Amino acid sequence: MTHVKISMAQALNQALRDAMKSDETVLMFGEDVGALGGVFRITDGLTAEFGEDRCFDTPLAESGIVGMAVGLAMNGMRPVVEMQFDAFGYPAFEQIVSHVAKMRNRTRGRVGLPMVIRMPYAGGIGGVEHHCDSSESYYAHTPGLTVVAPATVADAYTLLRKAIEFPDPVVFMEPKKLYWAKEEVDLTEDQPGIGTAVVRREGADATLIAYGPTVPVALEAAEVAAAEGRQLTVVDLRSIVPFDDETVCAAVRRTGRAVVVAEASGFASVSSEIVARVTERCFHSLAAPIRRVTGFDIPYPPPKLEKYQLPGVDRIVDAVDDLQWEDS
Amino acid sequence: MTTVEEQLLPSTEPVRLIDQDGVPHDHPSYRLPTKDVLVDGYVELIKGRRINDQAGALVRQGRLAVYPSSHGQEACQVASSMVLRDGDWLFPTYRDTVSIVSRGVDPIETLTLLRGDWHSGYDPYDRKVAPQSTPLATQLTHAVGVAHAARLRGEDTVVMALCGDGATSEGDFHEALNFAAVFHAPVVFFIQNNEYAISVPLARQSVAPSLAHKGIGYGVPGERADGNDLAGLLAVLGHAVAKARAGGGPQLVEAHTYRVQAHTNADDAARYRPDDEVAPWLERDPIKRLETYLEQEELLDDAVRARAEKAAREVAEKLRDGLMPEPDVDPADLFAHLYSEQTPQLTEQAEFLRDELAREEA
Repeated sequence: MTHVKISMAQALNQALRDAMKSDETVLMFGEDVGALGGVFRITDGLTAEFGEDRCFDTPLAESGIVGMAVGLAMNGMRPVVEMQFDAFGYPAFEQIVSHVAKMRNRTRGRVGLPMVIRMPYAGGIGGVEHHCDSSESYYAHTPGLTVVAPATVADAYTLLRKAIEFPDPVVFMEPKKLYWAKEEVDLTEDQPGIGTAVVRREGADATLIAYGPTVPVALEAAEVAAAEGRQLTVVDLRSIVPFDDETVCAAVRRTGRAVVVAEASGFASVSSEIVARVTERCFHSLAAPIRRVTGFDIPYPPPKLEKYQLPGVDRIVDAVDDLQWEDS
Repeated sequence: MTTVEEQLLPSTEPVRLIDQDGVPHDHPSYRLPTKDVLVDGYVELIKGRRINDQAGALVRQGRLAVYPSSHGQEACQVASSMVLRDGDWLFPTYRDTVSIVSRGVDPIETLTLLRGDWHSGYDPYDRKVAPQSTPLATQLTHAVGVAHAARLRGEDTVVMALCGDGATSEGDFHEALNFAAVFHAPVVFFIQNNEYAISVPLARQSVAPSLAHKGIGYGVPGERADGNDLAGLLAVLGHAVAKARAGGGPQLVEAHTYRVQAHTNADDAARYRPDDEVAPWLERDPIKRLETYLEQEELLDDAVRARAEKAAREVAEKLRDGLMPEPDVDPADLFAHLYSEQTPQLTEQAEFLRDELAREEA
């Protein structure tokens, strides 16, 4: 198969198209996903190709969208819904926490919900308020949910296909600022599945742990660090739940030092969970406390100020420099 | 030519076919159900009342954690199940035990959640009854999804979605009605207006002329019935189900009834309502009026009474025998059903608990 140069948005669109082609129970719906093709064009052309019954607009009510998806999934369908923007998903929070996450458990496995909640998330696009939240920690904290965040074009395609085929509900976090990032990819090439982290770069000195929008930033920081004489490993989590302890801990044990890089506010977050679990498992391999580079504990700032909130290359390299390379 | 208002607004007075003295009344739009149906309904009412009484007793004995009784609302409970076919779906709340058992679900499995277990008991696909919803109104949008899936496949399934008066204040009630209307989903939304949401009276939920009036805002036809008249409820709900099945889209029905007992055994109704408010509702009891009517029509012979008593006795025995004070539970089950494939982290935690229990036993 030949490689093609496409964007993450195109890869997601192709994943939806291929899933809908291969399984007629796959339905795509939400706000503006029909004729418009979604505000980010992820569902572009799907209504035209598959018809109004397969890809359709709904009334503007996120709880209703997710609640209806629960019923469709209970009755033989594989719904994929779009929340348009991260912060627009909050009206659906009760449905997600009280029903989507719990249905399988409270029916002792009799009612599984094969459904995907697509969540364009995080910042870096100059969005106004309520358009740039990193809400993954809320979902990762909820037992029963599977939470996935791709960082590459190939993963966007593979992980969305696997999420749609998954027997349980998946919250699929799409890093908005990477929608337009293009890569040469072969979409037929199989990638690791949900629950598996991947080492994107090998280096012996320290490990950067990232997911979603911070993976490219971590890779760039590793380039800069290499120029300054430090070789960094970069782990791309891909899947927040289930968490791949094995891959993450193996990398930290090899390097003895680690920095977690995430866009979300750090307090009580996925990043704090990573530090806790890695410390619990790899304490004797650590030469320094694990550092975090995260968003501040503030509401996501307006466009002109967002650069201060986003984990950048300099902050990451500084955090690496701070990993107690010498006793002071 | 009828106006939109005529098509969508409920009748001025709740539909009543048999009044509280057991006297039948003609109605321009609804006909009295057949004698056989009313006799079957009577048997179900007697059984339903016994379920409520027995469950209350089991709570006092510590064999049920909690029981929200539908005492006085049995006509709503029974009618909501009786009008459905096998292939239809029922979406109940925690107060709808009698409706679920009427649908044919095992009574012990039905009370699993209320005995304080972590799961819903029965298999929802078995009798097509969704797990009882504890959060208010959230199950109504699920009902829309189930109905829409059936409609996409060309099936003529109807979904009966139950809620109370308090739930009509929740956002999901409105989203469900609107989604059902927009997608023309065959859902019958059935509100049992029993005048109270725990302690808060209806006047604090809504000042609409009736809850059935809320349908017009979504283009959903509304109808209201006397919630203690099984005959009227069977006629109104039967009509709504038939309309939905025939492609008429969602329907909204409100039953005017009353929560005779407290919210649950843990509630104290004396703190918020006077006893003399309850008294007239006891006169409107759904069983008494149907009994009077059937006696007058000479339909209530010894055989029917014996059949009803047998059904009631059997369900009560089943509850007494099946609800042991200490149910057999395996803590490992707490981890077993969250995911199709258990995550490594949950496996680790399940092992931790197992080791802890093994040490306690040793």
